[in-house]
Amino acid sequence: MTRFLIRRLLGAIPLLLGVAVLSFVFMQLAPGGPDALFARNARMSEEQLQAIRHNMGLDRPVPEQLVTWLGNILQGDLGISYTQYRPVSEAIWDVVPNTLLLMGTGMVLSLIAALLFGVLAARRQNGVFDLVASFVSYFGLAMPVFWFGLMLQLLFAVRLGWLPSAGMSSAGGGGFWDVARHLVLPAFTIAIGSIAGWSRYVRSSTIESLNQDYVRTARAKGMDEQRVLVGHVLRNALIPLVTVVGIDVPLYLTGAVLTETVFSWPGMGRLFFDALTVRDYPILMGILLLGAVLIVLGNLIADVLYGVLDPRISY
Amino acid sequence: MSANVTLETAAPGKLAESGNAASGLTALTPSLTSRAPRSPGQIAAARFRKSTLALFGLLVITLMCLAAIFADALAPYGENEIDLFNITAQPSTAHLLGTDELGRDELSRLIFGARVSLLVGVGTALVSTLVGIIVGSFAGYYGGWIDSALMRFVDVILAFPAIFLLLIFFSIQGSSVLTVILFLGLFSWMWLARVIRGEFFSLKERDFIEAARSIGVPDGRLIWRHLLPNVGAAIIVSTTLNIAYAMLAEATLSFLGFGVPAGTPTWGNMLNAARPNFTTVPLLAIAPGLTLTFAVLAINFVGDGLRDALDPRGRA
Repeated sequence: MTRFLIRRLLGAIPLLLGVAVLSFVFMQLAPGGPDALFARNARMSEEQLQAIRHNMGLDRPVPEQLVTWLGNILQGDLGISYTQYRPVSEAIWDVVPNTLLLMGTGMVLSLIAALLFGVLAARRQNGVFDLVASFVSYFGLAMPVFWFGLMLQLLFAVRLGWLPSAGMSSAGGGGFWDVARHLVLPAFTIAIGSIAGWSRYVRSSTIESLNQDYVRTARAKGMDEQRVLVGHVLRNALIPLVTVVGIDVPLYLTGAVLTETVFSWPGMGRLFFDALTVRDYPILMGILLLGAVLIVLGNLIADVLYGVLDPRISY
Repeated sequence: MSANVTLETAAPGKLAESGNAASGLTALTPSLTSRAPRSPGQIAAARFRKSTLALFGLLVITLMCLAAIFADALAPYGENEIDLFNITAQPSTAHLLGTDELGRDELSRLIFGARVSLLVGVGTALVSTLVGIIVGSFAGYYGGWIDSALMRFVDVILAFPAIFLLLIFFSIQGSSVLTVILFLGLFSWMWLARVIRGEFFSLKERDFIEAARSIGVPDGRLIWRHLLPNVGAAIIVSTTLNIAYAMLAEATLSFLGFGVPAGTPTWGNMLNAARPNFTTVPLLAIAPGLTLTFAVLAINFVGDGLRDALDPRGRA
């Protein structure tokens, strides 16, 4: 197990390095890359631009820039934000907890809903609940996340006025219940895609385990259906779900940008969107890399958990 | 005239080849089953027709394609026609779905929007299928270090938060319909490449490939004529589902303001433009979103129907 863990961790390093190098190359392909913010400023003279380029090291040969950039990243130095005038790592670190709160709530919500819907649908295959659930989940997968967010905002915040429409806390508020109220709509928005996807997944893996011999044995022993479902079927159906959750991290990252933009949630996605509009290049690259780290980490955790949960798998 | 001649001289050879194959099949089938001879394509088509959802999807897509093609005739107004007396107007007999913030007819823009949305969807899917086939074939056929290198590359691309990268690129570089298609395509081929590679690995060991190789069929022809047709189902299904993915991705980029340039009517751009006014004229946001949802839903239904029809083993 430890050896497997170490091997996987080591394997993640070239992957992240590849992402970093490729991002760099990609950005080099874009004319007017890192200095776009300054180059497009009409009031900036040629000498000033050259001075800035020199300070940023943009007048150096490209391979040298790449090595310097990689070296800085490895030391945790992501550069200085053009618009916030402080280290990028600091700017990102300030908002990461908010995004993790949003993503975490969304994932928990999704897991609960997916297990509930999936098992109920599988229990009576092709029953009324199953048909309704699969139709709803088809819709959930086809809907644009941000549009669902807009519709929730329109219905529950604007028309009914039950919940706040934007932000993370009211002016002067910020207590637990205040944040919780602000969290409801964004959390549902970010979760909708995975509720739909995961519940279909739980449904099919539950149906698969329902047909196993050990389920027949448990029923033959006279065990009541409730305990068969929870103790025997669900426990086995859950294991593959772990992988799916890990794989869906990119979905949640995209979801975070959209949800936070729609609901003005002060997180990483919102920071990213704001940085896009002002072309704050260091912030953008920093969040891009952090996103890649989260994706790789998600896959890694899924792999490890899979081994922990399923004793049949040995590494 | 000369073109006609060459066509005629070339045709008989082709005909004889396919004719032989067909008669070979018909000669075999009656001894196996008593039913009328059917090609694999016919069998798949029959299975596809049994799925109500897939047929419904096909109907919706057909209607959307027709709307896109005949948009000029169908739409009550031009895509950029401005009605200054009706700005962000509620629905009326003149404007069935109301007008947007510049007084443009929402229904007309919805119809014209189908053009770009479908174009981006299909274009992206074709790019991703092309790249997926090339990478998957190379990795699967040649194996060895070529395979390792390409698959590591796939791993790296999969670890990319693709939407982030595209947003950065387009915000700095600007975008057009063509670049949106190209770059979305370059980030959605990985699944197909992996499937093709895996299938090639097992197909390579089969006797018919060995036979073809032993009579000296060149690599390119072997891949194109003998290996790829065997993964046709995966290619068709992946292309279909990628159309839906690309339409959603285009809407996402456009909604954030960094997809297809703002003046062009696409459903994503309409949602972007609707944001400031959607509390007063909710239809401006409801209509494009609902249209997009139905389009994606329809394509997904067709994709699932095709999967079940082409690959009965894969049925849950």
